[in-house]
Amino acid sequence: MLDIKRIPLGALLGLFFTALFLIAAIFAQWIAPFGLGEIVGNVWEPASAQYWLGTDNLGRDLLSRIIYGAQTTIFIAVLATALSFSLGSILGFTAAVVGGWFDTLMSRFVDLLMAIPTLIFGLVVLSVLPSTLVTLILVMGILDSTRVYRLSRAVAADINVMDFVEAAKLRGEGRGWIIFREILPNALSPLVSELGLRFIYAVLFLSALSFLGLGVQPPAADWGGMVKENKDGIVFGIPAALIPAAAIAALAISVNLVADWILNRTTSLKGGRA
Amino acid sequence: MAKAGTKEKPEILLDIRNLRIEARVFPPGEAPRDITIVDDVSLTLKRGKVLGLIGESGAGKSTIGLSSMGYGRGGCRITGGEVILNGRDVLKGGKQGFRKLRGREVCYVAQSAAAAFNPAHRLMDQVVEAALLHGVASRAEAEKRAIALFKKLSLPDPQNIGKRFPHQVSGGQLQRVMTAMALCSEPDMIVFDEPTTALDVTTQIDVLAAIKDAIRDTGVAALYITHDLAVVAQVADEIMVLRHGKLVEWGGTRQIIKEPRQDYTRALVSVHQIEHQEKKPGTKPFLSVKNVTATYGGGVVKVLKNVTVDIFPGQTLAVVGESGSGKSTLARAITGLLPPMEGSITFSGRKLANRLADRTKEDLRQLQMIYQMADVAMNPRQTVGTIIGRPLEFYFGMRGKERDRRVTELLEKIEMGKGFIDRYPAELSGGQKQRVCIARALAAKPTLIICDEVTSALDPLVAHGILNLLLDLQQEEGVAYLFITHDLATVKSIADSIAVMYRGEVVRYGAKSEVLRPPFDAYTDLLLSSVPEMEIGWLEKAIKGRRMESAGN
Repeated sequence: MLDIKRIPLGALLGLFFTALFLIAAIFAQWIAPFGLGEIVGNVWEPASAQYWLGTDNLGRDLLSRIIYGAQTTIFIAVLATALSFSLGSILGFTAAVVGGWFDTLMSRFVDLLMAIPTLIFGLVVLSVLPSTLVTLILVMGILDSTRVYRLSRAVAADINVMDFVEAAKLRGEGRGWIIFREILPNALSPLVSELGLRFIYAVLFLSALSFLGLGVQPPAADWGGMVKENKDGIVFGIPAALIPAAAIAALAISVNLVADWILNRTTSLKGGRA
Repeated sequence: MAKAGTKEKPEILLDIRNLRIEARVFPPGEAPRDITIVDDVSLTLKRGKVLGLIGESGAGKSTIGLSSMGYGRGGCRITGGEVILNGRDVLKGGKQGFRKLRGREVCYVAQSAAAAFNPAHRLMDQVVEAALLHGVASRAEAEKRAIALFKKLSLPDPQNIGKRFPHQVSGGQLQRVMTAMALCSEPDMIVFDEPTTALDVTTQIDVLAAIKDAIRDTGVAALYITHDLAVVAQVADEIMVLRHGKLVEWGGTRQIIKEPRQDYTRALVSVHQIEHQEKKPGTKPFLSVKNVTATYGGGVVKVLKNVTVDIFPGQTLAVVGESGSGKSTLARAITGLLPPMEGSITFSGRKLANRLADRTKEDLRQLQMIYQMADVAMNPRQTVGTIIGRPLEFYFGMRGKERDRRVTELLEKIEMGKGFIDRYPAELSGGQKQRVCIARALAAKPTLIICDEVTSALDPLVAHGILNLLLDLQQEEGVAYLFITHDLATVKSIADSIAVMYRGEVVRYGAKSEVLRPPFDAYTDLLLSSVPEMEIGWLEKAIKGRRMESAGN
């Protein structure tokens, strides 16, 4: 069914880089040439045969930290996105199907959350709560789920009035079947494209938090934090801060290339056979 | 027929020679390939004449119509032949040539005016747009002309109707505004693409008369595309019958209707009457609707007023009326989607719960529904097997092999093979989709199937097949139908009893033979007399004989 020759070039590139990042993230402990906090050389050494990307502001190997950083960043972003999608889409679909007071209550509550800028809200919550992985993921997931809720409620409201949903209701189907079997498959296309975007927003959000010192705490590495650690080097013409930034950009682009391709495949109403 | 002072314009307005149109298709599991949609079709149209193009869907009639303005819709490519309009080949004119031609020499009237108008602009702005763009007239002149056209097309309040937005006028009126739009820039030719197909019969007759008068008074030529031979017989001078993109027969209207030479034309011309013996109503109805009143908006808009009907086992009750008469609302009240405000529905001796949520699974199983639009009535992400199999799982707990066997049985019942089980709805034709919906309803083994305009979106020949299938299934399964339709020909061929609805009330109700026997009340008379007959001059006779105006939906 999946023919490698029929995958467009953009999607292939996206798949390649996404896979590369994922492998790096999963097997960081085995791939990384040096330890996470191990000081191996001088401060801000240029790239060399020994340190492929040079060293950072404390003389740690930049490549190793990028690899460990991929692990932290992707792990948190994936979990936060998963949380925001399960929460947002299930609540959104339920609101659209149930309607009435439940819908009004949920929607106004979400409006309330969305009225506060995400970053500021995150900063306030994280400065009060301890900065652990769990709080980070929860805060990011819940804040992001408001946007997913909006989208899935709008999509489901459209599908909910179609004749085939009415036919299912007339048959006597329960809400579970209507949400998961009638609405969800037809709402997947916009949700999948949103998934790619949301994942990247999660990466960016996490990086922003770390950059501000509220995200992942040192000595653990994450890309946003690495930009922060090395930003002073830019003044001296040292590119160490740009490398994690480039990693963020590369991940963002490749994940979205993959999301686009999946979107194209799932939009087909002929089971992707055509 | 050439107008005075137009010597440089040849008498033959449009001359299409050996037209060939192709499109690329992407069949499932195969490499994309080109198919021929229109194959070697030639036609000529003289100034001021009307040529009717007729055929079922996929015959290429719209494609030919649009080719007169050099337009290929949805990836169609004109790959051969010449389209000579006013003495020059428009296909060689390039983009600039098309721009000069479209909206000036040839105008287009679409099937669904509601979808063709821009909802964000007032009607007048859209009507005069082409005339202004082509510099035919100044704004004031164009608006004056538009108002004159509104008057000619007997639109209400012609001075001010242009100030309205598309959603503020009815469907029939919108279709006439669109005709005014096409006539406003005084083109040489108009392409009418099924302009009355989406309208009620009672409204169709008005629009048809308006179009006919406008054609006669302005001397414009027209290509009139439709699948309804009776309609085209009223307006066309000549008729061209098409099938699968090829010419079948071309001749004068009288000749095509009275002496068709080809078998296919004969099949179209012969009225597809299904002989249906009316069954005597049984002694005890299994479903009675008693004094039901239903409202929208919490009692503000009464859509059903005190409706009482009975349905007998194994029989068909047809509910007839135009849009807005409340016939679909009656179905919604019976199914529980719209709980009635007053009155009750009794089912085999006991009262049915008003609300859908309060009904038992068994009650739900007994009442099944088939929709007008088969393609939105099925989940596009489910295969035919899942669609038909779900009621089996849901009501009877069938699984695995047992379920698949029953699905195959049902597929055979609707005259489709086992091979369709893995198909998605998008891979079926219109008639096949409706058949799958019928199978889904049958799977529940119901006592009543509500059929909501099930044939009105289909070609006459396909609809004929569906009606026959429904009648056969009634014989085999003993299922009763509540058949909602606006088409009286369908009613005659399927009903045992009839309820005529008008503005939420049942105005006439009884056995088929009683309802269709004169004397008629005013509304039933209007309904009956509005059904086009395949007879030249029917339109004028029908308009003269009317006792009341139609609602104009």
